[in-house]
Amino acid sequence: MKKLHWDSFADWVNGTTPEPECPPLPELPKKRKPRRTRPQDPAHRIRIFSRLYRVIALAVCLCVVSVLLYTLFQLPLFGAPDNPAVNEVSRRYVEQGLSETGAVNMVTGMILDYRAFDTFGESSVLFLAVACVMMLLLRDQNNTTPADIRQLQRERAAEPSCCDPILQKVVAVVFPCILLFGIYVVLNGHLSPGGGFAGGAMMGAGLILYSAAYGMDAASRFFSQKHFRILTTSALLCYALSKAYSFFTGANDLPSCISLGCPGAIFSSGLILVLNICVGLIVACTMYGFYILFTKGEF
Amino acid sequence: MLPFYHNIPFFCIFLCMIGGIIMPLHKNGRHALRMTEVICFVVCALFAALCLFLTHLGECFSYQMGHFPAPWGNELFVGPMDAMLCALFALVLGLSLLGGTNGMQSDILPQKQTFYCTMMCMTLASLLALTTTNDLFTGYVFMEISTLAACAIVMARDTGPMIAATIRYLILSLLGSGLFLIALAMLYCITGHLLMPQLLQHVLRLHESGVYHVPLTVICGLMALGLGIKSSMFPFYAWLPPAHGGATTGASAVLSGLVLKGYLVFLIRIFYRVFSLPVVHSLHVTDVLLVFGIAGMLAGSVMALREGHSKRMLAYSSVAQIGYIFMGLGLGTDAGVMAAVFQILAHAVTKPLLFLCVGRLSELRHHEKRFDRLRGAAHEDKLAGIGFTVGALSMVGIPLLTGFTAKLFFADASMGGRGRMWAVLLALALSSVLNACYYIPALLALWAKPEGRKPGASLPSSRGFTAAAAVLTACVVLLGTASIPLVRIIQWELSML
Repeated sequence: MKKLHWDSFADWVNGTTPEPECPPLPELPKKRKPRRTRPQDPAHRIRIFSRLYRVIALAVCLCVVSVLLYTLFQLPLFGAPDNPAVNEVSRRYVEQGLSETGAVNMVTGMILDYRAFDTFGESSVLFLAVACVMMLLLRDQNNTTPADIRQLQRERAAEPSCCDPILQKVVAVVFPCILLFGIYVVLNGHLSPGGGFAGGAMMGAGLILYSAAYGMDAASRFFSQKHFRILTTSALLCYALSKAYSFFTGANDLPSCISLGCPGAIFSSGLILVLNICVGLIVACTMYGFYILFTKGEF
Repeated sequence: MLPFYHNIPFFCIFLCMIGGIIMPLHKNGRHALRMTEVICFVVCALFAALCLFLTHLGECFSYQMGHFPAPWGNELFVGPMDAMLCALFALVLGLSLLGGTNGMQSDILPQKQTFYCTMMCMTLASLLALTTTNDLFTGYVFMEISTLAACAIVMARDTGPMIAATIRYLILSLLGSGLFLIALAMLYCITGHLLMPQLLQHVLRLHESGVYHVPLTVICGLMALGLGIKSSMFPFYAWLPPAHGGATTGASAVLSGLVLKGYLVFLIRIFYRVFSLPVVHSLHVTDVLLVFGIAGMLAGSVMALREGHSKRMLAYSSVAQIGYIFMGLGLGTDAGVMAAVFQILAHAVTKPLLFLCVGRLSELRHHEKRFDRLRGAAHEDKLAGIGFTVGALSMVGIPLLTGFTAKLFFADASMGGRGRMWAVLLALALSSVLNACYYIPALLALWAKPEGRKPGASLPSSRGFTAAAAVLTACVVLLGTASIPLVRIIQWELSML
């Protein structure tokens, strides 16, 4: 008897527990016929589960929404002059932002100088996002079958003929303007509304438009994967190194060799212009990279 | 002019981030991996030196990131405990990569290995930033970096189930980030600050005057909930076992041992430096954490008991161990938080050791992961077997090992905690028994006599794995036997915060 126990324990340890061969249970005296037998059909169970799941999910969502709404009504009114958020922090950003950062555009001064470390984190998030998508979608033996490659070749062969001539003519006119305007917004980020994020999005959209009108291969001719990697990495690296210099001198109270220049001039506000260009490049590359990877899986 | 050692945290964070940025330019995954390991060990050495300096001088300092002082610019705040945590995180990350080299080369395609290294560097950067930041919004940004990098690490092993696990992980992680961000926006609305010292002043004032009581409670609850979801608090652990159980060996070790801990350290920082522990306690957030923690300890162990897949069993065991940490936070006392921090250290060395050893043993058996296929595998690589034994016994709570010391601190912290004492002690006892119920059979299976079974693939002994397993085993024993200096450091900083 004892050995039997040990054997079953050893089986359990090994994970090879045989199906329990229970002796048939003695028939219980039947009192009443059960009203409903337990449904054995798995499909039926899944149906019950999904119904229950929906009800519970709805209840939880309503609960969270009502708690959040109730809290929202307790918060100070948005835009009221006596808000706790109207304090020395925002006052200094508004009143001394121009003299301390040299940026006419207060928002740019705030995100690229006062709180530049956060913005560096945000740019890294974009970089990581595009690296994740490259990891997932770049063609390799795991996610591509020979059939996929044949289909891609067929599409590529058919591409020049199926392009829309009207679209191409319009894009030929519009594309340089979009690109130019994007560059303008990036370069004037410290002087007027806009900046790296907005201008970069414009440039990225322009590239997407070009590639949609002239086919993927046309864009890859001047923007290959190698260019993409080098551009993204060097832009972020430039951001990191210039900000590291600025943080180091700021924290150690060392004299910094970067002058703020004359506010309002294009070459002013110290590092902000460089940082804006870096951010703009990263954003443009990220947008275009997403488009190209999701449509084609390679550059 | 600052003392030179104040620059160490800033330098290390930038070193990791710049390292991560240039990783994709490497042609070869092997070079990238070596460079990542070097970065990890350099960071570890620098933070260990910083920890010694700060302990010796009895000093905590804040470091201004840029030209603008506290309420206007970003800041870091570092004490000896933070430096110690950072040093340990960097050490364990480096060792996990070293021990998981073979796994990485067999599981991840060569062209993706450089990206994998990028993600590892960024993970380390985010851990360092979460442990040292003095600014809530910086913390949020690095939470995002950590989430993306962790998802990519899971996804690096490019199989169908792993993609599904990644999607699950991503969705729940983003839910956690979203809740945290809502709480952060509300907190800014009622205080007008983002830096921790200023926030603490305003929160204390608001708590005393009683205005905004409801928003304050909701904010504290949402922050704990958001970070809880990201660190697999009890009811929100469904994403963890498939992600941690299926990733490649080194990645599992990093995810289970470190990534979860970054959020927990950040939560402890928020409790101390934004709300202060008495306020959190009076808002009853700790009570909820205590209940969830104890439930997690038991539920994780019960799920692990039913699991035959070795890595998934370890992943469920992580859920249980995270439950301990939440239980410590839930006690709402300095002693409880001290025990929680010690448990963070203990789990950060033990779980990577277990994952690395199981990974090595399963490599010897043609990548079989189930315990019944790993029967007797420990005889084929004695070091991996010994490492797994030490780790498992530590998890069960055998004296002289770190798991026992952590449990002792929890039991000690629960004393005098009114009605909580019995709940905590019972939970500890029950959880230890449950731990034994699944680790002891696993040990028996691994050390069983091979009955005429043909030996598996005779792999050459891996020097990286040998070094990593030896150092981690030594850490487990050392943390268990010589915990007093570390505890002094933790207690000192918690009393200073």
